[in-house]
Amino acid sequence: MRTLFIVFAKEFLENLRDRRTLLSALLFGPLFGPILFGLMVSRMLEQSVVESDVPLKLTISGSQHAPGLTQYLKARGAKLTLSELSENEARAAVRGGGSQVVLLVPEEYSRLFTAAQPAPILLFADSADSQTRKIADRTRRVLAAYGSTIAQLRLQMRGVSPLLSQPVAVNEVDVATPTGRAVVVLGFMTYFVLFALLMGGLYLAIDSTAGERERGSLEALLSLPVARAALVGGKILATCAYMCISLALSLTAFVCVFRFVPLERIGMSANLGLRTALIFFAICLPFVPLGATLMTLVASFTRTYREAQTYLTSVLLVPTLPIAFASIYSLKTRSSLMFIPSLSQHLLMTSVLKDEPILLRDVLVSAAASLGVALLLFVLTARHWRRETMLG
Amino acid sequence: MIEAMALSKRFGSIEAAKDVSFVARDGEITGLLGANGAGKSTCLRMLYGVLTPDGGKACIDGIDIRGETSKARAHLGVLPHAAGLYNNLTARENIQYFGSLHGMTAERLRSRTAELSLALGMDGFIERRAKGFSQGQRIKVALARALVHDPGNVVLDEPTNGLDVMAIRNLREMLLALKGQGRCVLFSSHVMQEVAALCDRVVIIGGGKVLADATVREIRERSGAATLEEAFLQVLWDTEVVS
Repeated sequence: MRTLFIVFAKEFLENLRDRRTLLSALLFGPLFGPILFGLMVSRMLEQSVVESDVPLKLTISGSQHAPGLTQYLKARGAKLTLSELSENEARAAVRGGGSQVVLLVPEEYSRLFTAAQPAPILLFADSADSQTRKIADRTRRVLAAYGSTIAQLRLQMRGVSPLLSQPVAVNEVDVATPTGRAVVVLGFMTYFVLFALLMGGLYLAIDSTAGERERGSLEALLSLPVARAALVGGKILATCAYMCISLALSLTAFVCVFRFVPLERIGMSANLGLRTALIFFAICLPFVPLGATLMTLVASFTRTYREAQTYLTSVLLVPTLPIAFASIYSLKTRSSLMFIPSLSQHLLMTSVLKDEPILLRDVLVSAAASLGVALLLFVLTARHWRRETMLG
Repeated sequence: MIEAMALSKRFGSIEAAKDVSFVARDGEITGLLGANGAGKSTCLRMLYGVLTPDGGKACIDGIDIRGETSKARAHLGVLPHAAGLYNNLTARENIQYFGSLHGMTAERLRSRTAELSLALGMDGFIERRAKGFSQGQRIKVALARALVHDPGNVVLDEPTNGLDVMAIRNLREMLLALKGQGRCVLFSSHVMQEVAALCDRVVIIGGGKVLADATVREIRERSGAATLEEAFLQVLWDTEVVS
């Protein structure tokens, strides 16, 4: 127990003085996710806000041929720019970026419209540009709505019930709660949390094993009258400590970032306050020893810093696998899935984000499973450290 | 006192040590002499218990290193072949880390570190971080680290390797001082002048076997050679002819 503490204290202090460890544990790991995420989400939100709040901007040519349509568009809040363009000019205007979408009403429009024939309208848009595509979609929807209004009026005038043309009435019922909708956006956040958690211990796991071997202090250490399990245990404990700090920083950063992301503006609440952050911390805590032991075990087999780095980078990807599965098969929180580390943490965190109730039993099973795997990995690590091949 | 009793060890098809027996006595410096790959490190590693011998046993002050590892190691200071320091720790912290792992109290550690710092001339850099230490400074800290628990026996694996002239000279003085304190010093080397200049007894190892075990003078006399170098070659040649 004493050995454990001595090794822990030394590794903790030594790495506190190491710029590389500090950068990855306390800066890059915890902040990378939240910042990237904040930017990503606010950009996505800005784009979807455009849809409902910003008026539809259109350039319309030949509006005198379709006064009804022009009136309808204005009534729907569209901002129209009237101009006279030929077909080629309209094409050039859209290509050149002068106007994003151009509606061109040909001369024969009014004749055909009055004759109740399909009246042509040309819609110029660049489908390769995602902004323009959105405006074009909105324009298309407005035109379709206009079309069906006119169709219904024509039927009524001819004494036919417009309902005949509506054999099916589809009513969509969206059951997503405001927070539930946000989860689609926030789904990947859990990975960033687990990533930050692992990053926090990455360099310490390498430094205390492969690093110790590379700088030639390992053999002297192994010649001391102490139990190897206690030695490696102390190292893992120090790794855990850095991972906890990294996790805490990462969650704090997320809380801060979501203060500034305008989720409410589109009727979502991120549900990520201090309380949620604390729950997340508790959910992730059992994953810390698992990650620390896994990284230490893998690094113990390597001879150099560089080699360890190579292998551990793939270890960083391990927690993504279950999360990727979860999104492919759209898995929901289920008690049977609580036995799978990283997946269980992901599902529980997602549930919390969605404001769904989580069972204490699930949390406990998730924790027990992670700690169980950690214990198993620790036994393997300690056994490896007792081997002669550890000397390298 | 360090005793090797019929130690043998094989790695796959290579027999790194065959029936190695010798005794390193208190108040003497014993040199383990042999060419590169002769099995010196393997023998030493079995003596300080990081390798398990396939046969035979090793005792430190009569305590079996395999049977009572911790107790035996309390009597043993080790300076392995690779004796790196923790660069982000100060010289003092490096030494105290090992001391505390030996179970020393903080108070005892303080006085012992002061003692060693004075004896090894480390006062000038004891509070500095090991990053940027010269070879001479490094070997001093590594030796202090090995001696922090005041062991009666010291094992050094090729301690002069890679050191410059000044550092070698320093080390030599330190080893003689240890001998003067009545400790048992055992070190390995492939440099004969070093062994001849320092050792009371020489154990010559070749091909994993003990080829000779005697005082420097005895070896010289027995082979009729004027220098240890010639004697060493003579011993190697003799055994090659015999076997």
